Amino acid sequence: MADVRLPGTLTPLFPGLPRRLEVQAPTVLAAIDSLEQQWPGLRDRLVAEGPTLRSHIHAYVDGERAGLETPVAKRSRLDVIAAISGG
Amino acid sequence: MPKTLLTVATRKGTFILESDDRRDWTLRGPYCEGWPVYHAIYDATTGEIYAAAASEWHGTTVWRSSDLGETWEMSSEGLTYGDQDGRRVSKASTLARAGDRLLVGVEAPGIFESRDNGKTWSLLSTLSGQHGSELWDDPANQPPGHLGISGFVTDAGDSDSFFAIVQGIGAFETEDGGSSWTPRNQGLRRDWPADYEDVGFCVHKLVRSSDPQRMYQQNHVGMHRSDDAGQSWTEITEGLPGDFGFAAAVHPHDTETFYVIPVDGGHGRTMHEGKATVWRTRDAGSSWQPMRDGLPQVDAHLGVLRQGMTIDSHDAPGVYFGTSTGQVFASADEGETWSEIASYLPSISSVDVAILD
Repeated sequence: MADVRLPGTLTPLFPGLPRRLEVQAPTVLAAIDSLEQQWPGLRDRLVAEGPTLRSHIHAYVDGERAGLETPVAKRSRLDVIAAISGG
Repeated sequence: MPKTLLTVATRKGTFILESDDRRDWTLRGPYCEGWPVYHAIYDATTGEIYAAAASEWHGTTVWRSSDLGETWEMSSEGLTYGDQDGRRVSKASTLARAGDRLLVGVEAPGIFESRDNGKTWSLLSTLSGQHGSELWDDPANQPPGHLGISGFVTDAGDSDSFFAIVQGIGAFETEDGGSSWTPRNQGLRRDWPADYEDVGFCVHKLVRSSDPQRMYQQNHVGMHRSDDAGQSWTEITEGLPGDFGFAAAVHPHDTETFYVIPVDGGHGRTMHEGKATVWRTRDAGSSWQPMRDGLPQVDAHLGVLRQGMTIDSHDAPGVYFGTSTGQVFASADEGETWSEIASYLPSISSVDVAILD
């Protein structure tokens, strides 16, 4: 199971969504889609048309910048970050 | 007196102002998790509040509250051009109720509708094929502000009939629920070259009086009046301190009375001479009177955006406007006198009013 960390801006939008949880998925997009099953609408908050990560949402797999198709291993850490943006 | 409720959209969430007498106001908020909100409305049909929002991080959505703002939900289900279209929904700019439809205007320019009060959305129209649409679908051609569809005027008696404004292009009318459109810009002034006769106008705000034939608009270049339901327009700027502004409101019971807030048309876009002023006509634009009593007259460099002024439906209507520096001003006597009812809100995008019986 991958160790997934979500941005704090996301949790108020989905009751019961933790900041940190475990997901079994082969890619970043699959991990997000897995979360979508339990918290409908979550994918829209991270993924734009394309599909592509929203422009100020960054993903890292084991510390390396990742895209939606980046593989996620069983023991990977996936960080989803709301980048410094706006004011 | 029934409760008066103001729904205030700001760059940092939605706020509610409410009053039992239109003198003493209480403020609640921020709501919508502090998201940038571009237009918030009270929908008398459902009693719900809707807020069109777009987060830099989390994209575009429409928030809704069925308990006057105490709790909120959001949905963007269906609010997308899809993965293959090439266009992206970057912002929800404006909302309106049209019969059983809830409409939202977005950028890239398009209109989505919800038939279940904001839970799900589907694309209604992009006005494709209209003159200019080949340009407005190009992201590089979007005007500053990036509003796309920047306003609606709906018809309470006919849900298939409404106007939509394409920012920087002009106003269009549909009479068949968005299947076909007709440009409604005849007689408008433009001070720039354009490729087409019927589009290429910068309509900032469109309002309809209690007589559907009588409409008004604040344009990038001039205030205008229509006496034939928007089919043609006559400029009524003379007597005002400038021809540029965003906000406009029409008296709910008197088709001759219309309010505007002229602002500097350059980069500043604040009220002229630092004097906060709402201008009112009582004769359909033949003459204008400045309404300043109670408004700051020294160093008041206030801006008001296109959804930033509204008017209630009391016998003696109250007029309200919110500024880009976070003040809300209210008049309970048709603009004769004003008071500041909120002072330190975030930058205000819209003010909407409802009378709750």
